[in-house]
Amino acid sequence: MPETKTVRISDDALARALGADELAAAFAKKGHEVQRTSSWGMHWLEPLVEIDGRGWGPATPEDVDDILEGGASELAIGAIAEHPFIARQQRLTFARAGRTRPLSLEDYEATGGWAGLKRARNIGSARILEEVTQSGLRGRGGAGFPAGIKWQTVARAPADQKYIVCNADEGDSGTFADRMLIEGDPFALIEGMAIAGEAVGADKGYVYLRSEYPDAIRKLEAAIGLSAGIVAPFVCEVRVGAGAYVCGEETSLLNSLEGKRGEVRAKPPLPALEGLFGKPTVVNNVLTLAAVPHILSEGGAALYDSLGIDRSKGTMPIQLAGNIRHGGLFETAFGVTLGELVEDIGGGTESGRPVKAVQVGGPLGAYIHPDQFDIRFDYEAYTAADALIGHGGVTVFDDTADMGAMARFAMEFCAAESCGKCTPCRIGAVRGVEIIDRIRAGGRAPDHVERMDVMHNAPRHGRSREQEIGLLTDLCETMKFGSLCALGGFTPFPVISALKYWPEDFAGKTAGEAEAAE
Amino acid sequence: MSTKEHKIGEIIAQHHRREGPLLPILHDVQAEFGCVDAESEALIAKGLNLSRADVHGVVSFYHDFLAEPDARPEVQICRAEACKARGVEEIMDAAAAAAGERVKLTTVYCLGLCSAGPSARVGDRLHARLDGPRLAEIIENA
Repeated sequence: MPETKTVRISDDALARALGADELAAAFAKKGHEVQRTSSWGMHWLEPLVEIDGRGWGPATPEDVDDILEGGASELAIGAIAEHPFIARQQRLTFARAGRTRPLSLEDYEATGGWAGLKRARNIGSARILEEVTQSGLRGRGGAGFPAGIKWQTVARAPADQKYIVCNADEGDSGTFADRMLIEGDPFALIEGMAIAGEAVGADKGYVYLRSEYPDAIRKLEAAIGLSAGIVAPFVCEVRVGAGAYVCGEETSLLNSLEGKRGEVRAKPPLPALEGLFGKPTVVNNVLTLAAVPHILSEGGAALYDSLGIDRSKGTMPIQLAGNIRHGGLFETAFGVTLGELVEDIGGGTESGRPVKAVQVGGPLGAYIHPDQFDIRFDYEAYTAADALIGHGGVTVFDDTADMGAMARFAMEFCAAESCGKCTPCRIGAVRGVEIIDRIRAGGRAPDHVERMDVMHNAPRHGRSREQEIGLLTDLCETMKFGSLCALGGFTPFPVISALKYWPEDFAGKTAGEAEAAE
Repeated sequence: MSTKEHKIGEIIAQHHRREGPLLPILHDVQAEFGCVDAESEALIAKGLNLSRADVHGVVSFYHDFLAEPDARPEVQICRAEACKARGVEEIMDAAAAAAGERVKLTTVYCLGLCSAGPSARVGDRLHARLDGPRLAEIIENA
């Protein structure tokens, strides 16, 4: 009888989508004990098998025998914790990734779980606010607003009821850290929310989670049930979104939670003063709240403040996605350059072709040219470069990408997902698609109205490609400064950056060809 | 009382004490009947003391709620930036051919498997690292 081994395989949605369940079943069938853990975040190796700290991936049920005999050398990566991708990271928010079973209270406590909450309850509201402010933690959802200031505002607002709302409506393409955290370490989020509740005087928390994440919904609901007695009197509840990207915007999210259309609200009033059901509300992203238990542990705030550069403190869970060889989750202190992330850590494109563009910050983030790869991961540095770090998604494109088509898609996406409340976004996005089509067609001939005899003042020569580009630039200015929220306001970032760095992708036909085609 | 009326009454009773009960109710109605049609809207409006316009406004806002049922099996395909960067657009023709009239293909943004696209979802089952033949196989088995 061969010895029974403990085999650890992630039950993260990504690992499961790649066959982790079948793999786990194959090991169990051989009589081995299978533990389902969170994912280490090395996605190109999923499903990853861990036995005695050593890893094999990506593995299939056919590899089971080889792995058990210590073979399958082409899949072997050695000691997982010493793998360069893991060893180079500084994991605070994702400290448990790969190391614990997501729904095991025992594992959570054994790795320092609930210590932050216990300490928070001892030191009281004023000192929690002080430490969160001191840590320099900023909102990880994209806006980067200092969490401590937001919490102080809510704490000072007089009200009979306050709320903690966790924004888990992670709709940005290229981002998956919220999903991984909720699936891999749900108690950390619950603990963070309970600490926030302690700080501002709220006893009710909602997690607004998107319907596209069925695994996360199931796990978080289970975790809330398991930990209810520990966080009481604080109560947490999951609310499932209904497929609207714009509900990731905080005021739209609040409307959706209230059971309304997910339309954006004008600010002020700030949600901190008049949020959910008109009550003072902390709205924070998953990663912001999940960073809190560490900050509230002994000496956590000072450590957090010591990491990072300038006004971007602590660590950021960066998500490497798209056409990249080593995709996955990379948490590190702010300040890492984009070139390091893409070329060095990410290993360049998966297709092996040269990198053409990198979109940082999701669908509303700018496309960054490899010439700008020395840009440091820092809120202000990206703002200065007309870009944004958003939720930390890094999506890589190889040289086959058509940036004109991607710019068009940005407008198309905005048109599809606009809540319709403000005109620049609702109508501007549709017009944006049309203008980009005309730019790529080389301009346009006079239309039938302009050609009518009565239209004395109408131009007779149609519109040139250059004029259409002027129109697009103008439209983007209007959207940027006239939209109520980031959807309309930031859609110009990918459009203008694509136009600026890859004008040849907008060339399409020449003016003469367009006229001939007319 | 029709069975629909009865069922919707039960769903409302289950949720009406919650704060902001409309979305959870709509999710349950969508799951039960495969759509939230005008009749359901009217029943929900009555149950929550809202106007039918209020309820219709919410139902029509969200992509997840359908006005009429669709009996076809559904395959959701992510076509956002990260999956585009990994070639989802190149396999869409093959997907459409495999789906034909029998399977409903829905575009979603996004499934959160951005480092391992193209990806698809059938029910609660996710699939990643797809190529044309693999996606076609998933669609044929849906």
